[in-house]
Amino acid sequence: MVGWFRAALCGAILACGLTPATPCRAQTLTIAVGAPVTSIDPHYHQLSPNTAVAQMIFSGLTATDGHARLVPELAEGWRPVDATTWEFRLRPGVRFHNGSAFTAEDVAFTFQRVPNVPNSPSSYAIYTRPIREVQVVDPLTLRLTTASPYPLMPTDLASVMILDAETHAQATTEGFNAGPMAIGTGPFRMASHRNGDRIAFERNDDYFGARPAWQRVTYRMITNDAARTAALLAGDVEVIDQVPTSDLAKLRGDARLALSEITGLRLIYLALDHARREATPFATDGEGRPLPRNPLQDPRVRRALSMAIDRGAIVERVMEGAVIPAGQFLPEGSFSHVPDLAPTPYDPEGAKRLLAEAGFPQGFRLTLHGPNDRYPNDARIIQAIGQMWTRAGLRTAVEAQPWTSFVARAGRQEFSVFLQGWGSSSGEGSNPLRNLVATPDREKGYGASNRGRYSNPELDRLLAAAMQELDDAKREALLQQATRLAFEDVGILPLHIQKNSWAMRKGLAHDARADELTRAQDIRPAGAAR
Amino acid sequence: MTVFLLRRLLQAAAVVLVMSLLVFLGVYAIGDPVEILISPEADQIERERAIRALGLDLPLWQQYLVFLGRALQGDLGRSFVFNEPALQLILQRMPATLELAVGATLVALVIGLPLGLYAGLRPHAPVAKGILAGSILGFSLPTFWVGLMLIMVFAVQLGWLPSTGRGETVTVLGMRWSFLTRDGLAHMVMPALNLSLFKTSLVIRLTRAGVRETMLMDYVKFARAKGLSPARITFVHVFKNILIPVVTVVGLEFGGTIAFSVVTESVFAWPGMGKLIIDSINVLDRPVMVAYLMIIVLMFITINLVVDITYSLLDPRVRLEGKS
Repeated sequence: MVGWFRAALCGAILACGLTPATPCRAQTLTIAVGAPVTSIDPHYHQLSPNTAVAQMIFSGLTATDGHARLVPELAEGWRPVDATTWEFRLRPGVRFHNGSAFTAEDVAFTFQRVPNVPNSPSSYAIYTRPIREVQVVDPLTLRLTTASPYPLMPTDLASVMILDAETHAQATTEGFNAGPMAIGTGPFRMASHRNGDRIAFERNDDYFGARPAWQRVTYRMITNDAARTAALLAGDVEVIDQVPTSDLAKLRGDARLALSEITGLRLIYLALDHARREATPFATDGEGRPLPRNPLQDPRVRRALSMAIDRGAIVERVMEGAVIPAGQFLPEGSFSHVPDLAPTPYDPEGAKRLLAEAGFPQGFRLTLHGPNDRYPNDARIIQAIGQMWTRAGLRTAVEAQPWTSFVARAGRQEFSVFLQGWGSSSGEGSNPLRNLVATPDREKGYGASNRGRYSNPELDRLLAAAMQELDDAKREALLQQATRLAFEDVGILPLHIQKNSWAMRKGLAHDARADELTRAQDIRPAGAAR
Repeated sequence: MTVFLLRRLLQAAAVVLVMSLLVFLGVYAIGDPVEILISPEADQIERERAIRALGLDLPLWQQYLVFLGRALQGDLGRSFVFNEPALQLILQRMPATLELAVGATLVALVIGLPLGLYAGLRPHAPVAKGILAGSILGFSLPTFWVGLMLIMVFAVQLGWLPSTGRGETVTVLGMRWSFLTRDGLAHMVMPALNLSLFKTSLVIRLTRAGVRETMLMDYVKFARAKGLSPARITFVHVFKNILIPVVTVVGLEFGGTIAFSVVTESVFAWPGMGKLIIDSINVLDRPVMVAYLMIIVLMFITINLVVDITYSLLDPRVRLEGKS
């Protein structure tokens, strides 16, 4: 009986088109993720875990691959018709999970809904706002008009999941969370959802893309790092994400497990107070009196701070090799990465000389602030930097605090030097340039996360030119120039770029994603075709 | 009895009102939920929209009055994160926490009472000393560490029990319970044990102290002199008298377990209220934090009332109507 059942199951798996090398086992997968999913409504709360789940149920016009490069999804192709019009050709024959056909009208409906989701704490309207007019040319052709040239349109639309005009006309966020509205065009259907605990998926056999290897997927949220690792070791789950750096070595040595890893898009950096010309609150002289002028205004001081950091030591000792040292926003291989912009080498003597040149032969006192529960080992990173700076003649105190209170104070510019992280979700340079170093400007929406208030007119000019440039090669060159400017002037002080890692039982293969998303369609039995 | 209950209700209403103000102010002081909730990518216009959408553009006193007005109609606000009524979110999670707390309390009583009784009756026996030493461990070992050790031993090394999460559930009275299924019970064993560790030690110590004190009382001596069997003396006369402090403490502890089983729930990824509150604090989901604390206040008031009534049943000398 059991043998007969196994044979039938094997037959079923073979019929699914997997190679015969696939071990004969049930097509179920259990994943444990470290960050809770807060909403199934793909337009309610913009948050990485929500995006990961949304991409399992829904699809966008465009998408990004594991290396954050743009790829077609519901749109087969796109091109600028003129300076302010984008045309998207849609994929024919796509159906939603309930059988409803996907057409250009659904896209138009989606762009209507995105800015109008009630009570949204963080909406996706920033991606649809540049669109002035949506023109449905025919059921499979769509034209989007913008007020000014907007080269990032296809990139931005990777974040907007398309809903069905008929099904979702009255859909509420509660309707998505409860299940009935969780209907998309993605590789999985949602079978059930227990808020903050687990989500069950079933394969969508009508999916237009590559067929996922799993009939059923359970997506569990285990926020405690040690418990997540233990669940994998106990065999209760088969894949975990956000592997704690302290467990990496142990898991790598375990013959029952495999790891997958990729250099991510999250830069850890120090923001510097550029706003105050006079005294900055946490830079004081030897007696603790505030310095009369802000030393961080002097580029030589900023460069000295960077030279006094031993990035190699942080990578090796604090992060146990789970990061790469950084000299700019994005890792090698990304759009607008600057090839010859290397991380600043460790040079404490040079740093002392520069400080003396800037008028601080005796150094000064500094307090370095940072969160202690946000980024991997964040508090230990700033402790290490505090020691390095003290060695270079800057007596540094370190203050780490919970993210909830830290971020509010950082937003009010209460600090002089503080640790931050930035994930460039679009995988190209305009995103960090606009948000982190462009002069804050409400109308343009620039510099919203520029908490140190760095401002450089030349950089703003290059960025503005890049944001009007539809030609990819020319735009990349402009972004590279702007990036070079930001880091040669030490607008922010880059430390390292995180690697993302997943651990799984042996016999599974995973296409790791630079954008940190954990999705079941990226996991398959080892040896199975992609 | 009626006067007593009425007075209690009035007191409760006052306590709830004061608490609501304190909680609201406290939660307000922690930080800015928009900074936490909003996507880092959001620009200034989107931030302003989010602040308005969450009702955070109003001055604090106005926010409080809005909250109070809605609360009087039974609406404790909508979660910023889930866009669902906060009360409903908490009540959905309540069965998970409730069954864990009941399980832990049962374990504490079933293990703690006999051991405490033994240690009290035979204070000089080596076993009694062992029990007492063990209870010190139960007090002093940190819960999260014991929880992780339980997982490492019983789930990872021995593979007897599932490591984390809640098992299969059955819907009874519209709520999901896991203690009615085998799989659910298997998932419950370790978290309940972990949660009961401290309580068990407490019950052991209370029972032992009570027994030692009572055994010297005149009525016990008299019962002995009268020739009653030791079993009857212990289980009828002594046991009943030591129950009052045990009931008080276990009752209060039960409230504490429901309210603050945060550590156990997060180590075992148990989807209860404790996990909800810690997740909510991490993202400053103010409506859920406020609603949760209000519910906890109400719960403690209720538990105290139940404890008082239990007293009167256990000890006829206690009168509920007694003048203050």
